[in-house]
Amino acid sequence: MESTVLKIEKFSAFFGENQVLKEVSLSIPQNRITAIMGPSGCGKTTLIRCINRMHELIPDARVSGKIFLDNEDIYATDPIIVRRQIGMVFQKPNPFPMMSIYDNVIAGYNLNGIRLAKDEKDRIVEESLRKAALWDEVKESLYRRGTFLSGGQQQRLCIARALAMGPAVLLLDEPTSALDPKATSHIEELIVQLKDTVSIVLVTHNMAQAARVSDFAAFVYLGELVEFGPSGRMFTAPKDKRTEAYLMGKFG
Amino acid sequence: MKEPSIRRRIIYDKVFKKIIILLTFCSILPMLFLLFFITSKGISVINWNFLTQLPKPVGEIGGGISNAIIGTLMLIGIGTAFSVPVGILAGIFLSENRKGTLASLTRLCVETLQGVPSIVIGIIAYIWLVVSMGSFSALSGGVALGLMMLPVIITATEQTLKLIPGSLKEASLALGVSYPRTILKVILPAGLSGIATGILLSIARVAGETAPLLFTAFGSPFMNLHVLKPINSLPLMIFNYATSPYPEWHTLAWGASFILIILVLALNLFTKVVTKRWKVQF
Repeated sequence: MESTVLKIEKFSAFFGENQVLKEVSLSIPQNRITAIMGPSGCGKTTLIRCINRMHELIPDARVSGKIFLDNEDIYATDPIIVRRQIGMVFQKPNPFPMMSIYDNVIAGYNLNGIRLAKDEKDRIVEESLRKAALWDEVKESLYRRGTFLSGGQQQRLCIARALAMGPAVLLLDEPTSALDPKATSHIEELIVQLKDTVSIVLVTHNMAQAARVSDFAAFVYLGELVEFGPSGRMFTAPKDKRTEAYLMGKFG
Repeated sequence: MKEPSIRRRIIYDKVFKKIIILLTFCSILPMLFLLFFITSKGISVINWNFLTQLPKPVGEIGGGISNAIIGTLMLIGIGTAFSVPVGILAGIFLSENRKGTLASLTRLCVETLQGVPSIVIGIIAYIWLVVSMGSFSALSGGVALGLMMLPVIITATEQTLKLIPGSLKEASLALGVSYPRTILKVILPAGLSGIATGILLSIARVAGETAPLLFTAFGSPFMNLHVLKPINSLPLMIFNYATSPYPEWHTLAWGASFILIILVLALNLFTKVVTKRWKVQF
Protein backbone atom coordinates (compact mmCIF):
# COMPACT_ATOMS: atom_id res chain seq x y z
CA MET A 1 0.00 0.00 0.00
CA GLU A 2 1.33 3.43 -0.99
CA SER A 3 1.41 6.09 1.70
CA THR A 4 -0.74 9.07 0.93
CA VAL A 5 0.46 12.66 1.03
CA LEU A 6 -2.69 14.42 -0.15
CA LYS A 7 -6.19 13.20 0.44
CA ILE A 8 -8.98 14.84 -1.51
CA GLU A 9 -12.47 14.08 -0.20
CA LYS A 10 -15.74 14.78 -2.01
CA PHE A 11 -14.31 17.98 -3.37
CA SER A 12 -16.46 20.30 -5.48
CA ALA A 13 -15.57 23.68 -6.93
CA PHE A 14 -17.86 26.37 -8.31
CA PHE A 15 -17.22 29.54 -10.26
CA GLY A 16 -20.38 31.51 -9.66
CA GLU A 17 -23.24 29.24 -10.69
CA ASN A 18 -20.94 27.02 -12.68
CA GLN A 19 -19.90 23.74 -11.04
CA VAL A 20 -16.42 22.92 -12.30
CA LEU A 21 -15.56 19.96 -10.07
CA LYS A 22 -18.07 17.37 -8.93
CA GLU A 23 -17.33 15.50 -5.71
CA VAL A 24 -13.83 14.47 -6.61
CA SER A 25 -12.20 12.03 -4.19
CA LEU A 26 -8.57 11.15 -4.74
CA SER A 27 -5.53 10.07 -2.75
CA ILE A 28 -2.21 11.36 -4.03
CA PRO A 29 0.57 8.90 -3.14
CA GLN A 30 3.78 10.07 -1.54
CA ASN A 31 6.95 10.39 -3.63
CA ARG A 32 5.16 9.36 -6.77
CA ILE A 33 4.18 11.23 -9.90
CA THR A 34 0.45 11.49 -10.30
CA ALA A 35 -0.73 12.67 -13.68
CA ILE A 36 -4.10 14.32 -14.05
CA MET A 37 -5.36 14.05 -17.60
CA GLY A 38 -8.43 15.20 -19.38
CA PRO A 39 -9.63 17.30 -22.28
CA SER A 40 -9.48 21.12 -22.13
CA GLY A 41 -11.99 22.61 -19.75
CA CYS A 42 -12.55 19.39 -17.81
CA GLY A 43 -11.48 20.99 -14.53
CA LYS A 44 -8.03 19.48 -14.15
CA THR A 45 -6.30 22.82 -13.72
CA THR A 46 -9.00 23.94 -11.30
CA LEU A 47 -8.39 20.78 -9.30
CA ILE A 48 -4.70 21.44 -8.74
CA ARG A 49 -5.28 25.15 -8.16
CA CYS A 50 -7.67 24.17 -5.39
CA ILE A 51 -4.92 22.05 -3.84
CA ASN A 52 -2.82 25.14 -3.04
CA ARG A 53 -5.83 27.44 -2.90
CA MET A 54 -4.77 29.52 -5.90
CA HIS A 55 -8.36 29.41 -7.14
CA GLU A 56 -9.15 31.93 -4.42
CA LEU A 57 -7.72 34.63 -6.70
CA ILE A 58 -10.93 34.37 -8.70
CA PRO A 59 -13.54 36.47 -6.91
CA ASP A 60 -16.65 34.26 -7.09
CA ALA A 61 -14.94 30.90 -6.65
CA ARG A 62 -16.12 28.66 -3.83
CA VAL A 63 -15.51 25.06 -2.88
CA SER A 64 -16.95 22.29 -0.76
CA GLY A 65 -15.37 19.09 0.49
CA LYS A 66 -11.98 18.65 2.06
CA ILE A 67 -8.34 18.31 1.12
CA PHE A 68 -5.86 16.96 3.66
CA LEU A 69 -2.11 17.39 3.51
CA ASP A 70 -0.60 14.89 5.95
CA ASN A 71 -3.94 14.79 7.83
CA GLU A 72 -4.05 18.57 8.05
CA ASP A 73 -7.13 20.17 6.48
CA ILE A 74 -5.67 22.75 4.09
CA TYR A 75 -8.92 24.71 4.10
CA ALA A 76 -8.55 25.17 7.84
CA THR A 77 -4.98 26.45 7.41
CA ASP A 78 -3.86 29.88 6.26
CA PRO A 79 -3.37 29.79 2.45
CA ILE A 80 0.07 31.35 2.91
CA ILE A 81 1.20 28.34 4.97
CA VAL A 82 -0.45 25.93 2.52
CA ARG A 83 1.35 27.46 -0.45
CA ARG A 84 4.73 27.18 1.24
CA GLN A 85 4.15 23.44 1.64
CA ILE A 86 2.60 22.91 -1.76
CA GLY A 87 4.68 24.50 -4.50
CA MET A 88 3.40 25.25 -7.96
CA VAL A 89 4.86 25.60 -11.45
CA PHE A 90 2.74 27.18 -14.14
CA GLN A 91 2.08 26.64 -17.83
CA LYS A 92 4.20 29.56 -18.94
CA PRO A 93 7.56 30.07 -17.26
CA ASN A 94 7.17 33.10 -14.99
CA PRO A 95 10.49 34.03 -13.39
CA PHE A 96 10.47 37.43 -11.68
CA PRO A 97 11.75 39.71 -14.44
CA MET A 98 13.40 42.25 -12.16
CA MET A 99 15.43 39.66 -10.27
CA SER A 100 18.66 37.80 -10.97
CA ILE A 101 18.70 34.02 -11.25
CA TYR A 102 20.01 33.83 -7.68
CA ASP A 103 17.29 36.13 -6.36
CA ASN A 104 14.63 34.22 -8.25
CA VAL A 105 15.57 30.98 -6.54
CA ILE A 106 15.67 32.55 -3.09
CA ALA A 107 12.60 34.72 -3.79
CA GLY A 108 10.31 32.59 -1.62
CA TYR A 109 12.44 33.52 1.40
CA ASN A 110 13.21 37.13 0.46
CA LEU A 111 9.64 38.04 -0.45
CA ASN A 112 8.32 36.41 2.71
CA GLY A 113 10.75 38.45 4.77
CA ILE A 114 12.54 35.33 6.05
CA ARG A 115 16.10 36.35 6.86
CA LEU A 116 18.83 33.85 6.14
CA ALA A 117 22.60 34.01 6.48
CA LYS A 118 24.45 34.49 3.20
CA ASP A 119 25.99 31.00 3.21
CA GLU A 120 22.62 29.48 4.04
CA LYS A 121 21.15 31.27 1.02
CA ASP A 122 24.03 30.15 -1.18
CA ARG A 123 23.45 26.58 -0.07
CA ILE A 124 19.71 26.67 -0.80
CA VAL A 125 20.26 28.28 -4.21
CA GLU A 126 22.89 25.76 -5.27
CA GLU A 127 20.92 22.81 -3.94
CA SER A 128 17.67 23.90 -5.60
CA LEU A 129 19.36 24.64 -8.91
CA ARG A 130 21.09 21.26 -8.80
CA LYS A 131 17.80 19.53 -8.11
CA ALA A 132 16.27 21.39 -11.03
CA ALA A 133 19.20 20.30 -13.24
CA LEU A 134 20.06 23.90 -13.99
CA TRP A 135 23.12 24.49 -11.84
CA ASP A 136 25.74 23.59 -14.42
CA GLU A 137 24.19 25.88 -17.00
CA VAL A 138 23.83 28.94 -14.81
CA LYS A 139 26.51 28.72 -12.12
CA GLU A 140 28.61 31.28 -14.01
CA SER A 141 25.74 33.72 -14.44
CA LEU A 142 23.84 33.58 -11.16
CA TYR A 143 23.60 37.35 -10.99
CA ARG A 144 22.17 37.87 -14.45
CA ARG A 145 18.47 38.42 -14.94
CA GLY A 146 16.43 35.22 -15.07
CA THR A 147 14.66 36.41 -18.20
CA PHE A 148 17.86 36.00 -20.26
CA LEU A 149 17.45 32.23 -20.09
CA SER A 150 15.75 30.13 -22.73
CA GLY A 151 12.14 29.03 -22.18
CA GLY A 152 13.11 25.57 -20.94
CA GLN A 153 15.76 27.00 -18.61
CA GLN A 154 13.27 29.53 -17.30
CA GLN A 155 10.84 26.74 -16.51
CA ARG A 156 13.57 24.84 -14.64
CA LEU A 157 14.36 28.06 -12.80
CA CYS A 158 10.70 28.21 -11.76
CA ILE A 159 10.95 24.61 -10.57
CA ALA A 160 14.08 25.48 -8.58
CA ARG A 161 12.26 28.46 -7.08
CA ALA A 162 9.43 26.19 -5.94
CA LEU A 163 11.85 23.53 -4.62
CA ALA A 164 13.79 26.10 -2.61
CA MET A 165 10.88 26.35 -0.19
CA GLY A 166 11.21 22.63 0.53
CA PRO A 167 7.60 21.78 -0.33
CA ALA A 168 5.97 18.42 0.42
CA VAL A 169 4.06 18.48 -2.84
CA LEU A 170 4.88 20.07 -6.18
CA LEU A 171 2.01 20.92 -8.49
CA LEU A 172 2.91 21.18 -12.16
CA ASP A 173 0.27 22.78 -14.36
CA GLU A 174 1.09 21.68 -17.92
CA PRO A 175 4.71 22.65 -17.34
CA THR A 176 5.85 21.85 -20.87
CA SER A 177 2.98 23.16 -22.97
CA ALA A 178 4.92 26.33 -23.84
CA LEU A 179 8.19 24.51 -24.58
CA ASP A 180 9.79 22.85 -27.59
CA PRO A 181 10.28 19.04 -27.71
CA LYS A 182 13.89 19.13 -26.54
CA ALA A 183 13.16 21.32 -23.54
CA THR A 184 10.11 19.17 -22.86
CA SER A 185 12.09 15.95 -22.64
CA HIS A 186 14.58 17.74 -20.38
CA ILE A 187 11.79 18.72 -18.00
CA GLU A 188 10.30 15.23 -18.11
CA GLU A 189 13.61 13.66 -17.10
CA LEU A 190 13.85 16.19 -14.33
CA ILE A 191 10.34 15.41 -13.06
CA VAL A 192 11.20 11.73 -12.80
CA GLN A 193 14.38 12.52 -10.84
CA LEU A 194 12.47 14.80 -8.50
CA LYS A 195 10.06 12.25 -7.12
CA ASP A 196 12.60 11.12 -4.55
CA THR A 197 12.43 14.55 -2.91
CA VAL A 198 8.87 15.60 -3.43
CA SER A 199 5.45 14.21 -4.34
CA ILE A 200 4.39 15.46 -7.74
CA VAL A 201 1.00 16.19 -9.24
CA LEU A 202 1.28 16.79 -12.96
CA VAL A 203 -1.56 18.20 -15.00
CA THR A 204 -1.21 17.50 -18.67
CA HIS A 205 -3.34 17.09 -21.74
CA ASN A 206 -0.46 15.25 -23.38
CA MET A 207 -1.27 11.57 -22.90
CA ALA A 208 2.10 10.42 -24.13
CA GLN A 209 3.75 12.57 -21.49
CA ALA A 210 1.52 11.17 -18.77
CA ALA A 211 2.36 7.65 -19.92
CA ARG A 212 6.09 8.40 -20.00
CA VAL A 213 6.53 9.95 -16.58
CA SER A 214 3.66 9.11 -14.26
CA ASP A 215 3.28 6.32 -11.70
CA PHE A 216 -0.40 6.99 -11.17
CA ALA A 217 -2.91 8.60 -13.47
CA ALA A 218 -6.28 10.20 -12.99
CA PHE A 219 -8.72 10.91 -15.78
CA VAL A 220 -11.02 13.86 -15.25
CA TYR A 221 -13.93 14.51 -17.57
CA LEU A 222 -16.56 17.24 -17.26
CA GLY A 223 -15.53 17.91 -13.67
CA GLU A 224 -15.80 14.29 -12.61
CA LEU A 225 -13.01 11.95 -11.64
CA VAL A 226 -13.68 9.10 -14.05
CA GLU A 227 -10.84 6.80 -13.22
CA PHE A 228 -7.75 6.68 -11.06
CA GLY A 229 -5.12 4.01 -10.84
CA PRO A 230 -1.55 2.95 -11.57
CA SER A 231 -0.48 4.36 -14.93
CA GLY A 232 0.64 1.00 -16.24
CA ARG A 233 -2.82 -0.45 -15.87
CA MET A 234 -4.67 2.69 -16.87
CA PHE A 235 -2.93 3.07 -20.21
CA THR A 236 -3.21 -0.60 -21.15
CA ALA A 237 -6.51 -1.67 -19.65
CA PRO A 238 -8.73 1.28 -18.71
CA LYS A 239 -11.82 0.29 -16.78
CA ASP A 240 -14.12 3.05 -17.87
CA LYS A 241 -15.39 3.46 -21.44
CA ARG A 242 -14.79 7.22 -21.34
CA THR A 243 -11.17 6.77 -20.33
CA GLU A 244 -10.70 4.29 -23.12
CA ALA A 245 -12.29 6.64 -25.66
CA TYR A 246 -10.06 9.49 -24.49
CA LEU A 247 -6.91 7.39 -24.58
CA MET A 248 -7.83 6.20 -28.08
CA GLY A 249 -8.02 9.82 -29.14
CA LYS A 250 -11.76 9.78 -29.83
CA PHE A 251 -12.17 13.12 -28.08
CA GLY A 252 -9.97 15.55 -26.26
CA MET B 1 -2.59 47.86 -68.26
CA LYS B 2 -1.06 47.36 -64.84
CA GLU B 3 1.94 49.62 -65.25
CA PRO B 4 0.41 53.09 -64.84
CA SER B 5 -1.67 52.15 -61.80
CA ILE B 6 1.34 50.76 -60.00
CA ARG B 7 3.33 53.86 -60.84
CA ARG B 8 0.52 55.97 -59.44
CA ARG B 9 0.57 53.97 -56.22
CA ILE B 10 4.30 54.43 -55.85
CA ILE B 11 3.88 58.18 -56.30
CA TYR B 12 1.04 58.25 -53.75
CA ASP B 13 3.24 56.33 -51.39
CA LYS B 14 6.09 58.82 -51.68
CA VAL B 15 3.86 61.87 -51.44
CA PHE B 16 2.16 60.47 -48.37
CA LYS B 17 5.47 59.84 -46.63
CA LYS B 18 6.64 63.39 -47.46
CA ILE B 19 3.42 64.85 -46.06
CA ILE B 20 3.82 62.92 -42.82
CA ILE B 21 7.38 64.16 -42.40
CA LEU B 22 6.31 67.72 -43.17
CA LEU B 23 3.47 67.65 -40.65
CA THR B 24 5.70 66.14 -37.99
CA PHE B 25 8.17 68.95 -38.56
CA CYS B 26 5.33 71.49 -38.27
CA SER B 27 4.40 70.09 -34.89
CA ILE B 28 7.88 70.58 -33.47
CA LEU B 29 8.27 74.08 -34.95
CA PRO B 30 6.36 75.92 -32.17
CA MET B 31 8.54 74.19 -29.58
CA LEU B 32 11.72 75.21 -31.41
CA PHE B 33 10.54 78.80 -31.80
CA LEU B 34 9.62 78.95 -28.15
CA LEU B 35 12.99 77.63 -27.05
CA PHE B 36 14.82 80.00 -29.39
CA PHE B 37 12.80 83.04 -28.35
CA ILE B 38 13.10 82.45 -24.62
CA THR B 39 16.76 81.59 -24.87
CA SER B 40 17.61 84.68 -26.91
CA LYS B 41 15.68 86.95 -24.51
CA GLY B 42 16.58 85.24 -21.29
CA ILE B 43 20.14 83.98 -21.58
CA SER B 44 21.67 87.47 -21.38
CA VAL B 45 20.60 87.92 -17.74
CA ILE B 46 21.73 84.51 -16.59
CA ASN B 47 24.82 84.62 -14.41
CA TRP B 48 25.85 83.46 -10.99
CA ASN B 49 24.32 86.47 -9.22
CA PHE B 50 21.02 85.93 -11.00
CA LEU B 51 20.83 82.44 -9.61
CA THR B 52 22.05 83.20 -6.09
CA GLN B 53 20.81 86.68 -5.20
CA LEU B 54 17.48 87.89 -3.93
CA PRO B 55 15.34 90.28 -5.99
CA LYS B 56 16.18 93.94 -5.52
CA PRO B 57 13.72 96.84 -5.23
CA VAL B 58 12.67 98.71 -8.33
CA GLY B 59 15.36 101.05 -9.60
CA GLU B 60 18.32 99.04 -8.39
CA ILE B 61 20.30 97.22 -11.03
CA GLY B 62 20.72 93.46 -10.81
CA GLY B 63 19.08 91.17 -8.34
CA GLY B 64 18.36 87.50 -8.69
CA ILE B 65 15.70 84.89 -8.39
CA SER B 66 17.22 82.55 -5.79
CA ASN B 67 14.10 82.71 -3.60
CA ALA B 68 11.88 81.73 -6.54
CA ILE B 69 14.10 78.78 -7.46
CA ILE B 70 14.16 77.52 -3.87
CA GLY B 71 10.43 78.20 -3.60
CA THR B 72 9.60 76.21 -6.72
CA LEU B 73 11.69 73.29 -5.46
CA MET B 74 9.97 73.42 -2.08
CA LEU B 75 6.50 73.58 -3.61
CA ILE B 76 7.30 70.63 -5.87
CA GLY B 77 8.71 68.77 -2.89
CA ILE B 78 5.57 69.32 -0.82
CA GLY B 79 3.32 68.44 -3.74
CA THR B 80 5.29 65.25 -4.43
CA ALA B 81 5.36 64.19 -0.79
CA PHE B 82 1.61 64.54 -0.66
CA SER B 83 0.59 63.17 -4.06
CA VAL B 84 3.00 60.27 -4.60
CA PRO B 85 1.88 57.99 -1.73
CA VAL B 86 -1.81 58.75 -2.27
CA GLY B 87 -1.48 58.49 -6.05
CA ILE B 88 0.39 55.19 -6.07
CA LEU B 89 -1.96 53.60 -3.55
CA ALA B 90 -5.02 54.76 -5.48
CA GLY B 91 -3.42 53.49 -8.70
CA ILE B 92 -2.80 50.09 -7.10
CA PHE B 93 -6.40 49.98 -5.94
CA LEU B 94 -7.70 50.76 -9.43
CA SER B 95 -5.50 48.22 -11.18
CA GLU B 96 -6.39 45.55 -8.63
CA ASN B 97 -10.11 46.30 -8.74
CA ARG B 98 -11.10 46.70 -12.37
CA LYS B 99 -14.80 46.48 -11.54
CA GLY B 100 -16.82 47.54 -8.54
CA THR B 101 -18.63 50.67 -7.43
CA LEU B 102 -15.78 52.22 -5.50
CA ALA B 103 -13.37 51.65 -8.40
CA SER B 104 -15.60 53.21 -11.03
CA LEU B 105 -16.44 56.08 -8.70
CA THR B 106 -12.72 56.63 -8.08
CA ARG B 107 -12.01 56.52 -11.80
CA LEU B 108 -14.72 59.11 -12.43
CA CYS B 109 -13.25 61.35 -9.73
CA VAL B 110 -9.75 61.02 -11.14
CA GLU B 111 -10.94 61.93 -14.62
CA THR B 112 -12.87 64.87 -13.25
CA LEU B 113 -9.95 66.06 -11.16
CA GLN B 114 -7.79 65.93 -14.29
CA GLY B 115 -10.21 68.31 -15.99
CA VAL B 116 -10.64 70.78 -13.12
CA PRO B 117 -9.11 74.14 -14.10
CA SER B 118 -5.97 74.89 -12.12
CA ILE B 119 -7.41 78.15 -10.78
CA VAL B 120 -10.26 76.19 -9.19
CA ILE B 121 -7.74 73.87 -7.56
CA GLY B 122 -6.08 77.01 -6.19
CA ILE B 123 -9.38 78.21 -4.74
CA ILE B 124 -9.96 74.83 -3.09
CA ALA B 125 -6.52 74.88 -1.49
CA TYR B 126 -7.21 78.47 -0.44
CA ILE B 127 -10.43 77.51 1.31
CA TRP B 128 -9.02 74.36 2.86
CA LEU B 129 -5.71 75.64 4.08
CA VAL B 130 -5.20 79.37 3.69
CA VAL B 131 -8.51 80.36 5.26
CA SER B 132 -8.38 77.76 8.00
CA MET B 133 -4.74 78.43 8.90
CA GLY B 134 -5.06 82.18 8.48
CA SER B 135 -2.07 82.73 6.20
CA PHE B 136 -0.80 82.18 2.68
CA SER B 137 1.75 79.41 2.84
CA ALA B 138 4.12 77.15 0.98
CA LEU B 139 2.13 74.24 2.37
CA SER B 140 -1.13 75.34 0.74
CA GLY B 141 0.66 75.95 -2.58
CA GLY B 142 2.29 72.54 -2.41
CA VAL B 143 -1.02 70.87 -1.69
CA ALA B 144 -2.60 72.67 -4.65
CA LEU B 145 0.19 71.41 -6.92
CA GLY B 146 -0.14 67.96 -5.36
CA LEU B 147 -3.83 67.91 -6.21
CA MET B 148 -2.92 68.61 -9.82
CA MET B 149 -0.27 65.88 -9.84
CA LEU B 150 -2.59 63.33 -8.29
CA PRO B 151 -4.63 62.29 -11.36
CA VAL B 152 -1.50 62.00 -13.52
CA ILE B 153 0.20 59.72 -10.98
CA ILE B 154 -2.93 57.63 -10.37
CA THR B 155 -3.51 57.08 -14.08
CA ALA B 156 0.16 56.29 -14.78
CA THR B 157 0.28 53.80 -11.90
CA GLU B 158 -2.98 52.13 -12.90
CA GLN B 159 -2.03 51.81 -16.57
CA THR B 160 1.45 50.53 -15.77
CA LEU B 161 0.30 47.92 -13.28
CA LYS B 162 -2.49 46.76 -15.58
CA LEU B 163 0.14 45.77 -18.15
CA ILE B 164 2.04 43.56 -15.71
CA PRO B 165 1.13 39.95 -16.51
CA GLY B 166 -1.02 38.21 -13.92
CA SER B 167 1.38 35.28 -13.98
CA LEU B 168 3.85 37.37 -11.97
CA LYS B 169 1.37 37.82 -9.17
CA GLU B 170 0.54 34.12 -9.29
CA ALA B 171 4.22 33.23 -9.10
CA SER B 172 4.58 35.25 -5.93
CA LEU B 173 1.37 34.09 -4.27
CA ALA B 174 2.19 30.46 -5.09
CA LEU B 175 5.39 30.85 -3.05
CA GLY B 176 3.25 31.62 -0.03
CA VAL B 177 3.93 35.35 -0.19
CA SER B 178 1.13 37.41 1.32
CA TYR B 179 -0.93 39.73 -0.86
CA PRO B 180 0.49 43.01 0.53
CA ARG B 181 4.06 41.77 0.12
CA THR B 182 3.27 40.58 -3.39
CA ILE B 183 2.05 44.05 -4.31
CA LEU B 184 4.91 45.89 -2.63
CA LYS B 185 7.80 43.61 -3.55
CA VAL B 186 6.81 42.11 -6.89
CA ILE B 187 4.16 44.19 -8.64
CA LEU B 188 5.43 47.67 -7.72
CA PRO B 189 9.10 46.98 -8.60
CA ALA B 190 8.00 45.49 -11.92
CA GLY B 191 6.10 48.70 -12.67
CA LEU B 192 8.72 51.06 -11.27
CA SER B 193 9.69 52.55 -14.62
CA GLY B 194 6.14 53.46 -15.58
CA ILE B 195 5.29 54.85 -12.16
CA ALA B 196 8.48 56.92 -11.99
CA THR B 197 7.73 58.26 -15.46
CA GLY B 198 4.26 59.29 -14.30
CA ILE B 199 5.66 61.08 -11.26
CA LEU B 200 8.31 62.94 -13.24
CA LEU B 201 5.84 63.98 -15.93
CA SER B 202 3.41 65.20 -13.30
CA ILE B 203 6.20 67.28 -11.76
CA ALA B 204 7.11 68.70 -15.16
CA ARG B 205 3.46 69.52 -15.65
CA VAL B 206 2.99 71.49 -12.41
CA ALA B 207 6.43 73.11 -12.30
CA GLY B 208 5.12 75.91 -14.48
CA GLU B 209 1.69 76.30 -12.90
CA THR B 210 0.85 79.84 -11.80
CA ALA B 211 -2.87 79.90 -11.22
CA PRO B 212 -3.08 77.50 -8.27
CA LEU B 213 -0.33 79.44 -6.52
CA LEU B 214 -1.85 82.92 -6.84
CA PHE B 215 -3.76 82.73 -3.59
CA THR B 216 -1.94 79.91 -1.88
CA ALA B 217 1.84 80.33 -2.06
CA PHE B 218 1.12 83.97 -2.92
CA GLY B 219 4.70 84.97 -3.67
CA SER B 220 7.26 86.81 -1.60
CA PRO B 221 10.27 89.02 -2.25
CA PHE B 222 12.21 87.32 0.54
CA MET B 223 13.95 84.03 0.95
CA ASN B 224 11.63 81.81 2.94
CA LEU B 225 12.19 78.25 4.04
CA HIS B 226 9.22 78.03 6.37
CA VAL B 227 6.37 75.87 5.04
CA LEU B 228 3.69 77.91 6.80
CA LYS B 229 4.75 81.26 5.31
CA PRO B 230 4.18 82.71 1.82
CA ILE B 231 6.78 81.64 -0.67
CA ASN B 232 7.88 82.71 -4.12
CA SER B 233 7.98 80.45 -7.15
CA LEU B 234 9.32 80.81 -10.68
CA PRO B 235 5.96 81.03 -12.47
CA LEU B 236 4.55 83.40 -9.84
CA MET B 237 7.57 85.61 -10.14
CA ILE B 238 7.35 85.58 -13.95
CA PHE B 239 3.70 86.57 -13.67
CA ASN B 240 4.37 89.39 -11.23
CA TYR B 241 7.43 90.74 -13.04
CA ALA B 242 6.02 90.43 -16.54
CA THR B 243 2.86 92.34 -15.60
CA SER B 244 4.86 95.07 -13.87
CA PRO B 245 5.54 98.40 -15.62
CA TYR B 246 9.34 98.22 -15.15
CA PRO B 247 11.51 97.16 -18.14
CA GLU B 248 14.32 95.80 -15.92
CA TRP B 249 11.79 93.47 -14.23
CA HIS B 250 10.68 92.30 -17.67
CA THR B 251 14.23 91.22 -18.37
CA LEU B 252 14.35 89.32 -15.08
CA ALA B 253 11.07 87.63 -16.04
CA TRP B 254 12.67 86.44 -19.29
CA GLY B 255 15.59 85.05 -17.36
CA ALA B 256 13.26 83.25 -14.96
CA SER B 257 11.30 81.86 -17.92
CA PHE B 258 14.53 80.51 -19.33
CA ILE B 259 15.40 78.78 -16.06
CA LEU B 260 11.89 77.34 -15.80
CA ILE B 261 11.97 75.97 -19.31
CA ILE B 262 15.38 74.43 -18.75
CA LEU B 263 14.02 72.81 -15.60
CA VAL B 264 11.05 71.31 -17.42
CA LEU B 265 13.20 70.21 -20.35
CA ALA B 266 15.69 68.55 -17.98
CA LEU B 267 12.85 66.76 -16.19
CA ASN B 268 11.53 65.42 -19.48
CA LEU B 269 14.95 64.21 -20.59
CA PHE B 270 15.51 62.63 -17.19
CA THR B 271 12.15 60.90 -17.54
CA LYS B 272 13.28 59.35 -20.81
CA VAL B 273 16.45 58.04 -19.19
CA VAL B 274 14.50 56.60 -16.25
CA THR B 275 11.98 54.93 -18.55
CA LYS B 276 14.77 53.23 -20.45
CA ARG B 277 16.94 52.32 -17.49
CA TRP B 278 14.31 50.85 -15.22
CA LYS B 279 12.33 49.14 -17.92
CA VAL B 280 11.52 45.56 -16.94
CA GLN B 281 11.25 43.05 -19.76
CA PHE B 282 8.56 40.45 -19.19
